[in-house]
Order: sequence, then C-alpha cells, then structure tokens
Amino acid sequence: MPDSGAGRLVLLILAAVFAFLYVPIAVLVGLSFNASGLPTAWTGFSTRWYAALLQNGEILGAARNTLIVAAASTAIATLLGTALAVGVELRRRRSRGIEALIFAPMIIPDIVLAIALLSFFSLLRIPMGLHTIVMAHVVFNLAFVCAVVRARLKSFDWSIVEASSDLGASLVTTWVRVVLPVIAPAIVAGALLAFTLSVDEFIIAFFTAGAGRASITLPMQVYAMIRFGVTPEINALATLVMGASLVALALAQRLNRRTLGA
Amino acid sequence: MPPFRTLGAAATLVLGLGGSAAAQTLVISNWDGYMAPDAVATFTAQTGIPAELVLHATNEEIMGKLIASGGRGYDVVFVSSPFAEILNTLGLAEPLDHAKIPNLANLYPEARALEHDPGNVFSVPYAWGTTGLCYRADLVPEAPDSWADLLSPDEALRGRTTMLATDRWLLAAGLLARGWSVNETDPDKLAQVRDDLIAAKRTLLAYDDTTFYAKLVSGEAALVQAWDGWCNYAIAESDAVRYVIPKEGSDLWVDTMVILKQSANKEAAHAFVNWMLDADNHRWAAENILYKVPNAPAMAALDAELIEAFPNMGITPAELLSYEQLRDVGEAQRAYSRTVTEIMAAQ
Amino acid sequence: MRDRGSAFLMAPALAWLAGLMVVPCALVLALAFFRRGLYGGIDWTFTLENLALVFDPLYGGILLNSARIAGLVALIAAVAGYAAAFAIVSRPRHWQPVLLFLAVLPFWSNYLIRTYAWIVLLNREGLIVQAARWLGRDGALPQMLYTEGAVIAGLVYAYLPFVILACYAPLSRLPRDLAEASRDLGGSGFTTFRRITLPLTLPGLAVGAVFVFVLSVGNFVTPALLGGGQFQMVGTLVYAQFLTAGDWPFGAALAMVLMAVMMLLLVAQTWVAERGTGGRRDA
Repeated sequence: MPDSGAGRLVLLILAAVFAFLYVPIAVLVGLSFNASGLPTAWTGFSTRWYAALLQNGEILGAARNTLIVAAASTAIATLLGTALAVGVELRRRRSRGIEALIFAPMIIPDIVLAIALLSFFSLLRIPMGLHTIVMAHVVFNLAFVCAVVRARLKSFDWSIVEASSDLGASLVTTWVRVVLPVIAPAIVAGALLAFTLSVDEFIIAFFTAGAGRASITLPMQVYAMIRFGVTPEINALATLVMGASLVALALAQRLNRRTLGA
Repeated sequence: MPPFRTLGAAATLVLGLGGSAAAQTLVISNWDGYMAPDAVATFTAQTGIPAELVLHATNEEIMGKLIASGGRGYDVVFVSSPFAEILNTLGLAEPLDHAKIPNLANLYPEARALEHDPGNVFSVPYAWGTTGLCYRADLVPEAPDSWADLLSPDEALRGRTTMLATDRWLLAAGLLARGWSVNETDPDKLAQVRDDLIAAKRTLLAYDDTTFYAKLVSGEAALVQAWDGWCNYAIAESDAVRYVIPKEGSDLWVDTMVILKQSANKEAAHAFVNWMLDADNHRWAAENILYKVPNAPAMAALDAELIEAFPNMGITPAELLSYEQLRDVGEAQRAYSRTVTEIMAAQ
Repeated sequence: MRDRGSAFLMAPALAWLAGLMVVPCALVLALAFFRRGLYGGIDWTFTLENLALVFDPLYGGILLNSARIAGLVALIAAVAGYAAAFAIVSRPRHWQPVLLFLAVLPFWSNYLIRTYAWIVLLNREGLIVQAARWLGRDGALPQMLYTEGAVIAGLVYAYLPFVILACYAPLSRLPRDLAEASRDLGGSGFTTFRRITLPLTLPGLAVGAVFVFVLSVGNFVTPALLGGGQFQMVGTLVYAQFLTAGDWPFGAALAMVLMAVMMLLLVAQTWVAERGTGGRRDA
C-alpha cells in the first residue's frame, strides 16, 4: 500500500491500539522503579521495591506454589496431551464426540469449570490444596498441548511410520527415531504454553485451592493484594511476571512459529 | 448423601490423598491486618505449636469456604457473631472447653453474656465496636452526624462516599437511618430500605469493605461507612479524619473466635484462644489493630495517649451495649440477600 | 492395530477429561435441580425453583444487563481488533510476525496485574487525573474508576489481543490480487472491503467476538475490581452464589444458562463461518 491517506490511517490505528495495549503496562513498569512507589510523584529511580519483594515471605511462598502447580500440571498435561494428539491423529476415523471433548476445556468459561470442580471436590469430600489446583489445571493444559501438537502432526506422513516398521524397526524405535523428532518442537512449545497459562490462571485456582497459605498461588496473592490495599511491591512483581511471560512466549514462538499463529 | 461419601472415600484412597491432609499446623483464618503482624509467630515461639494465618476478606467468604469443606481445613476462625451463630446452628462449631481457656476470666462481664452466645458456649469475643461514619473533616462541607448525611449526601460529596457491601452492614445503614432494628425482617420495611439504598447508590463512589480507609486517606473518598477500628487506620495516617456514631445509633458488632468441630488440633486451638485472651497479648492486639477488645485488664493497660489519638478506642462497654447487636436472622437471610442483590443490580 | 494403539494413547487424557471435566459439569447441572440448604449446602429435594429464579425480573434483568455490557465489550473489541489486524496485515510481510507478537504479548501477562494497571490509571488520584492536572485541566474529568466505562475498558483491554489474533489469520490469507482485481473492475475501496474482504474474514471476526462475549459475561474479577462492587455480571452472580451467598443450586442454574448461551453463540458462529465459506465459493 503506498503512503497514501489510507496508509497513514493504518499507522494511526496501529499507534492507537499499541498505545492502548502498552501504556498501562509501561506505567506499572515505570512505577516499579519509582522510589516513592506511589503513582502521585516521581521521586527518583530505585530498585528498593524489588529488594522488598525478595524479602516478602508471603509473595515468595505464593511464587513457589505457582511454580509447583505450573510444573506439575505442565508435566502431566504434556504427557497426556501429546499422547492424546498422536492418538487422535493416528485414528482413521474422526469422532465428533472426542473432538468436542478435546475442544471443550479451551472454550468452557473458567467460572463454570471452577464451580464444577469446587462442587465435585467438596461433595466427594476430597480435601483441597495444591494437588486439586494441579488436577484442574491439567484439564485445560492438556487440551492446549494437544492442539499445538496436533497442528504439527497434521502435515505428518504416517506412511513413514509404516515404512519404518516394514524395514524391521521396532515400534519403540520408530516412535523415538521417526515421530518424536518431528513433533518435539511442538511438544516443547505446547509445554511452554501450558506453563504460561498455569502460572497466570486465577479463577480456577481460586475456587479449587484449599485452606491455608499452603495453596495460595501468585495470582491469588495478587488478587488479595489488590483487594486489601496495594503495596508498591506489586508493581515490581508485575514487572517480573510480565518479563517471565515474555521470555516463555518468545521461546515458544521460536520453537513453533506456525502453530501459535504468528 | 451416602453414595457420594463412599465414592469420595474411594476417590480419596485412589488418589492417595487420605488422612494426611490434616497437618499438625494450626490453621487460623482472620481478616487481613486484624492481628498483630507477629502474633502467630509469637504464639508459636511461646507455645511451640506451629501455626499459620490465612486471610479472608469478609465473613461471607470464610463461611462459603467452611460450608464447602464441611468445616475441614481450619482450626480457629475469626467471624462476626451472626456467623458464629450460623456455624453453631450448622454443627460446625466446637463447644468450648472452658477449663482449657482460663483467660476467659479476663473478659468484661458484658462480653461473657452477649446475646448471641451467653456464657461463651461456642464463641469467644475478640473485638467489638460500632459502625458509623468516617470522614475527612477538610473535605466535607460540614461534619456529618446522621446516617442521612451518607445516604443522601451533600452535592459536594456526590461520588465521594463509600458504603460497606456485605449484606448485614449495608442494610444496617438503611435500617438505622429509619430508626428500625438492625435485625428487622418485615418485608415492607426491607423494601423501603432497599429503595433508600438504591437512591444512595447513585451518589456512591463504590461499595468497599476492605480499602475504604485508603480511599479516605488518598482523598478519593471524603465520607465512608466504616467500622470504628478501621476508621482508626485512616486517622493514623491523616490528621483530618474523624469518626462519628450517627445520632440514630449504630449496631454493636462483635467479632469472635470459633473453634471448628472438624479441627484435628483442638488442644492447640484452645491454647491459641487462651493465649489470645491473655491480658498482654490481647492488649498488644488492640494496640496493633486499633480496635477495642472486650478484655478488661487489656483495655485497662492501654496507653492513655492511644485513646486520645483514637477517641473511639475509649467507647465504654456500657455504651457499646446500648446498641443492638447483629443477630442471625435465620430464614429471613434469604430476604436480606435478595434485597442486597436488588440494590446491587439497580442502575 | 493403528486404532488400538490410538485408543491406548488417548485413554489417559480422555479419562482425565471425563473425570475432572465431564463428571463435575454434569454434577453442577444436577445441582441446579435441588434446593439449597438454609445456610448453604444442599437439600436433596428436587425443584425447578432455581431455573425459574434465573428468569425472574431481578436476575433476568441482571442477565440482560451483563449481556449488554459483554455485547458492548465484544463490539468495541471486534471493531478495534479487526482494524488492528487489518493494519498489521497491510504492513510489509517481514514486519507482520513482530507486530502480531507485540499485539498478543499483553494477553499472556497476568490478567489481574493488567486489571490493576487500570486502577492506577483511572482512580481519582490516578495518572490520568495527574496528567490532566499537569496540563492545567484540573477538575475537568468526571469520575472514571468504578463506572461502567471502567469495567468495559478493562474487559476490552483484557480481550482485545484475542480478536486481533482471530482476525489476523484470515486477513493474512486473503489473496491481495483479489482486492486489486476488484479495484480494477471499478469497485471503490469500501465496496471491495464490504463485498470481498469482510465476507471472507467474517468467520475469524465472529470467533473473536463470540469468545470476547463469553469471557466477559462470565468474568467476575473486572466488575469487582474496576466496578467498585456496583456492577453485577453473570460471573459476579455465580461467584457470589458459590463463595458468599452459599446458594450453590442457584449458582449452578446460572452456570447452566451461561453454558447454554455460549453453545448458542458457538452454533451461530459456525453458521456464520459456513456462510463465509459459501461467500468464498461465490467469489
């Protein structure tokens, strides 16, 4: 498109949308380095809120819980989701029921899954805690891992597998040597996606957490901080969390350019 | 529901989650900032009992969790008296063993005979006080002295007032303004109060149960409905903040400690309640949270300067008892909830 | 052999979904048909009261109002997101992945933190007011935080990247020569857009808009934090029934309605998608 009126309009739209998306984030990042910690006045550059953050036992505990939940749910979901993806693609016939079941966790409103699991655990008298959050997170994580891996498998030529076994390779060898290398980047991308989703997930965790600090995750801690009155540490926390998400996403993007849509 | 329970037991076994969930750590749930920050650590240091503190934002929130879990997972919870009554009605509250709480003797006689639980059968009062108006003297045109000043505020205060959002205290403001009981259940009166509060909603900045004092300090709000002790947080940060009990009166709220029947640490739970009622510990709590505690020696030992700085700390038990206590309204709670939903839904 | 291997591979994941999604959701559906206990909990007597209550004027009104708010959010996000995707697509090819990545990036950072950012911006002593004061326009601004506008802005902010992503894919696949051909045949820019671009990319836009609507209508965090507790959405109501009012059966009935609306919208969106491919055939 030449640099016409339309071209300028396009640039204007881009500028407006990116300003809308990034000004709030920039504000938080900026504030995190403000010595006073208040949005009302800039009193100089300081990393004191980061230091305070690292000494805040509650936040660190919540961060630890979040990492446990994300790591555990990602591990389980990656295993189950990858197997599911391969299984579905391996099948000769598509089953609408199975497709719907796999699609459902991605579209079901969080609040519905959250209350369903709360009622389920509560009526079955299953004590709630980090383990129940993990169980819940696996539900949507495995669906996302499955979707990413399937996208990669779509272009996979199954005759290679048959050729390999025709040539006398064992089933295990075939999988490890032939299939796995093809889908490995998708598995890692899926795992990173799952990890990011789990780290940020709030609603389901909020409903399926148990009593006590032992099952408070970082998003729950942030919610509590916002509701009970905010300390400036939250800006530093926000900056760190966003930085971490950026790294994870950039990594996933590199690994699996196509399947994530960009 | 026996089938559910069998299924649950099976599922629990299968998942290997049985038994060990009840840790030896004492789990205490309280409002944020409603104890000295070092209280739990000091308790552990002095008694050797490991304990941890969890926070709830409102009574309703902790009640929801307790009912969902059948009262499991917590040992001691801090709830306001109507909710302690409900825990007792539901059979979730443990009858207190007074032999294990000798410090009950420190309570004012009035606090041992409160309407909701005479003789402290299932609850121990932890703090008590009034609900009134907390305001910035420098931002209001004239000092408020009536609930009407909040419900139909001066033009200058439009969009600068907040009210409590929880059913009981929101309705209490409307009921008190009309001179009715804070436990009123008459549908016509509730409808009237609903209309008053919907009119008031149009002048509000927000409903806020947790950060109203911060809004007052920052100047976002100029006049808020507040519990007296929480107004003190604002007074501590701003010289211009005042607290007043409106001329129509207040409720008497009592926040209590309740031990859960499902607690696996009842000895330790009693030890905690007793520790809290110790004159020194309870005084230390009062000085930290700036709320009145119903503990005679603790209050007697309070620094006089503290009462001077925070005048509502000096309200006497006799004056407190002149106000009506919030009670569980039973079946009428449905009408309360609905009334509040109607207010919240109004545009 | 292949199918047996397939079944073996799918079994663990499907079992997980069955046990922790299908069964719990079925349980919630069932709960909607029982009475609540006075103080919460469930009284196991069959009733249709809860479903009736969903449509009583009070709750029906809340439903309609939250549908209105979510509809506005979806509309704004759809227009802005489509425009942004369109703008990205019209940049040189090598720039597009970078721009798209930047547009989607905020979506992956913590939702609560992004919502909190709006409190910092909008409150009475917040940055926007500060900026206005600095520009000497003190007092010219109305109350911004704790208004319906704040809730809508927060929701649009949260879900805009989603629409951009959903619209980018079909827009980027659009053959450029198609638009050029239309212009060569004398179609104005707008005609080209209306007759060719929009029909071909409508399915993506519909997916984006439907998801934004569903996510918004079920949201309870943003109305609570940016609405000052003054706005009830379906999500807020469900949240309250489960965590504060202790009326699980009614909460379950509301969740049922939420699911039903979502399914309806998905069906509608599939319909739009099929019409979209029909359009492609004509073109």
